[in-house]
Amino acid sequence: MSTSFTSMTVSELQAALADGATSADVTRTYLDRIEAEDGVLGAYLHVDPEAALERAAAVDASGKAGTGLAGIPVALKDVVVTEGIPTTSGSRILEGWKPPYDATVAARLAAAGTVLLGKTNMDEFAMGSSTENSAYGVTRNPWNPERIPGGSSGGSSAAVAGGLAPWAIGTDTGGSIRQPAALTGLVGHKPTYGSVSRYGLIAFSSSLDQAGPMARTVLDAALLHEAIGGHDPLDSTSIDVPVPVLAECARRGAEGDLSGLKVGVVRELGGQGHTDGYEQGVLDRFTEAVALLESMGAEVREVSCPAFDLALPAYYLIAPSEASSNLSRFDGVRYGLRVGDDGNHDLDEVMALTREQGFGAEVKRRIILGTYALSSGYYEAYYGQAQKVRTLISRDFSAAYADVDVLVSPTTPTVAFPLGSRVDDPVAMYAADLCTLPASLAGVPAISVPCGLSDGLPVGFQVMAPALADERCYQVAAALEAAQDAARGSRFLDQLPRRDAEPVGGAA
Amino acid sequence: MSTDTLVDYDQVLTRYEPVIGLETHVELGTASKMFCGCSTTFGAEPNTQTCPVCLGLPGSLPVANAMAIESTIRIGLALGCRIATWSRFARKNYFYPDIPKGFQTTQYDEPLCTAGHLDVEVDGETYRVEIERVHLEEDTGKNLHVGGATGRIHGADHSLIDYNRAGIPLVEIVTRPIPGAGAKAPEVAKAYVTELREILLALGVSEVRMEQGNLRCDVNTSLAPIGSLEWGTRTETKNVNSLRSVERAVRFEMRRQAALLDEGTRILQETRHFHEDTGTTSPGRSKEEATDYRYFPEPDLVPVAPDEEWVAKLAAMLPELPAARRSRLSDEWGITPTEMAWLVNAGAVELVSDTVAAGASPSDARKWWLGELARRANDAGTDLSDLAVTPAQVAELIGLISAGTINDQLARQALDGVLAGEGGPAAVVEARGLAVMGDSDELVAAVDAAIEANPDVAEKVRGGKVQAIGALVGAVMKTTRGKADAATVKRMLEERLTAS
Ligand SMILES: [Zn+2]
Repeated sequence: MSTSFTSMTVSELQAALADGATSADVTRTYLDRIEAEDGVLGAYLHVDPEAALERAAAVDASGKAGTGLAGIPVALKDVVVTEGIPTTSGSRILEGWKPPYDATVAARLAAAGTVLLGKTNMDEFAMGSSTENSAYGVTRNPWNPERIPGGSSGGSSAAVAGGLAPWAIGTDTGGSIRQPAALTGLVGHKPTYGSVSRYGLIAFSSSLDQAGPMARTVLDAALLHEAIGGHDPLDSTSIDVPVPVLAECARRGAEGDLSGLKVGVVRELGGQGHTDGYEQGVLDRFTEAVALLESMGAEVREVSCPAFDLALPAYYLIAPSEASSNLSRFDGVRYGLRVGDDGNHDLDEVMALTREQGFGAEVKRRIILGTYALSSGYYEAYYGQAQKVRTLISRDFSAAYADVDVLVSPTTPTVAFPLGSRVDDPVAMYAADLCTLPASLAGVPAISVPCGLSDGLPVGFQVMAPALADERCYQVAAALEAAQDAARGSRFLDQLPRRDAEPVGGAA
Repeated sequence: MSTDTLVDYDQVLTRYEPVIGLETHVELGTASKMFCGCSTTFGAEPNTQTCPVCLGLPGSLPVANAMAIESTIRIGLALGCRIATWSRFARKNYFYPDIPKGFQTTQYDEPLCTAGHLDVEVDGETYRVEIERVHLEEDTGKNLHVGGATGRIHGADHSLIDYNRAGIPLVEIVTRPIPGAGAKAPEVAKAYVTELREILLALGVSEVRMEQGNLRCDVNTSLAPIGSLEWGTRTETKNVNSLRSVERAVRFEMRRQAALLDEGTRILQETRHFHEDTGTTSPGRSKEEATDYRYFPEPDLVPVAPDEEWVAKLAAMLPELPAARRSRLSDEWGITPTEMAWLVNAGAVELVSDTVAAGASPSDARKWWLGELARRANDAGTDLSDLAVTPAQVAELIGLISAGTINDQLARQALDGVLAGEGGPAAVVEARGLAVMGDSDELVAAVDAAIEANPDVAEKVRGGKVQAIGALVGAVMKTTRGKADAATVKRMLEERLTAS
């Protein structure tokens, strides 16, 4: 058996399992690598090797390993509630909480026979773009440990890029799947709002949150998306449509024929007159990727979406407003941290002390922002106006999709920035989500796929499609991925500087 | 406990005009909670009817109960409301341990039903109560403060919370201010809640057991000097939980506020608590006036857009409402509105109706429920409907009287047996041997014995002093222990004493 379960794609792992490898072997290889590497990367918050191996052995015993996703390990962002397994959402206030139930996403992955490796680090309550806001320490970028892995799903991105998980679930509120995927050279997809259940995702901003796949290839992402997607009666905002056929679209896309596809390049996202804050290397890789799409037959034109310029301020009113309410339940009464319950403090004081000590600075900043925006007298000027901007952004998308099939942009204005470089400048930090926010606000699907390196660090290419047309994202991303792999003669992640410690896997 | 100065009620009305308003919360009788599948059964062990959703655990999401939405719309229709074609839930944000999510899911500026009305009658006069809105929300949990004297949070050693009630669907029915009731304001308030309760019962949407907190009222009261164009500042008396208390709370607030206004003191717009034991109110936490609930549309729920055709169908399927039913029954039973009002006040309309349906005449049914049975209920300190006798059994009893099997006196004995759980009236009559004697040999013998035992009286009767026969009838009744029919006995005595 090959030494490289940890560098295989999931499709390859499926083949290996079907070919006689055991889930226990695969799982052990990943656990060994986590053991060896995670001290540096800090991708995981919780790993239970015994439970993972037990689970893998059970899947092996069932004889199902190698069919579908059975036996494939997976990592979950710690925002996903898992029964009996610590779930913190990166916050001190939930330290030690063991949920009594499973999120729908977790339940579906378990039902598919996957093996949970662990829970990954994240910005506290998914608020951040660098995973530096976790209460449990930073996560490092496998491409360069002095750089951030993106956020808020930075634990998931670092784990998958670093070979500590074959794939992982992230969540995306304003870019938290796509941005870390872009900065670590992964494929990350934010599904159409309502197409993946939110039941059991610890809410940040209810009208924006979506779970989605983070993987090493477009096909893998499609497979993971198919496993978690589809209607869920436990989520009222879940759309009742059949699970989309995505892997098939990814395979078709990889054939490289994009003739007839109309691609719109969004001027407001890095185009003429809108390059402030964008690194030249990012713009160059983006332009090259667009040319590659054109060479495969796509018709490319520039489109203008003027309201996208307002996405950032609108997002930073809507998301904190909803968050201020969603986070009210963390009051120390029923679960998690409780501070000051010593007989000397009354109820209000205990609640205040708990929240004071349980929440980090960024979370407090957003709660205060949201509380203010919803206050009587300010509601219309802030929350109300932001909702109007949201409508305008949706209209820009609709108008654009009348002329083109997909919209494209860089996923992020810059490559991964150095750890600590933006922690004291929230506005600079917020700008990391500039390109991903419009699709979040409009609820449309968007994927990030690698499109090259700049300064030795990955650059992401974003493909946005109309609501419920997620398959277009996969098709275009797969075409780009296949063309680049062919030109390079290797997979994107093969360029990742290997660390020496790669253990020998597949002992069987 | 109250040291409030009070003005005599009659005096209040010489100087002030009251305006009242009511917010009524009704727990719906749905099998499951508003946003999860948990049971709503009353009285279960604390926190046994909970799940991640109604405990507000991180990650959980609500799913609206379709039956609760339907019930709310039916209430709105019964109150003549406009039913919204598009309605949303909203979050009311505040911190309190009994709201598990840190917000209550309710409706704010987009309620399901608006602009209805309910006509109520007090002493033959009709008052129209305008309904501002009917909306749907979720109930809170229940705090139990342990230790400390008052049962309030202050002074308690610790507090326990029961979330069984958290998330039970709650319909809030809000009236517009009701001016013009004058001295009748307290009674109008009570009549409104009474009538509302009847409607809810007729709709079958709630058990409306006030003692279980199924129906809770907040009563707003204000006074303005007579002739003033502006209304006065109102107080909101919370959790007034019986019909009688509604009336008492308004009356007390009127008397208290009048005393303050008389001395030139401003009325504070505040929340007040009602005390069942003393019939008084006391101020609540004044802190509440500063609360900004930061309402915004609930993003976890989709808007409710009731289909117009469906609403029309619900309207067509509404049961006969209490007012219409009372009017029809008055006609059928041939009684006056005042007589119907007695039945309503006694809570006997349905009982009489059911008794009539079981075969009794309306007048007999009314006579028994308002007479003997009302007396029994009063003696036992229970409601009529809680007596251990069914309308069908009352009808059976009346049937036995009409058939001459028993007389009224025996019927009362039979009723004793029924109430004591000995079975139905016929069975009790049989078992206790209560049947009236006909012209039986036993009765003939008793009559003869009475004449023999009272020769003087018999002689008087024979001599023409007919009224003296009463003593002989009494003697026969005594020996037969009431089983004889007095009229029959009298006839038999007359035959013997005058024919000779
Ligand atoms: Zn529940």
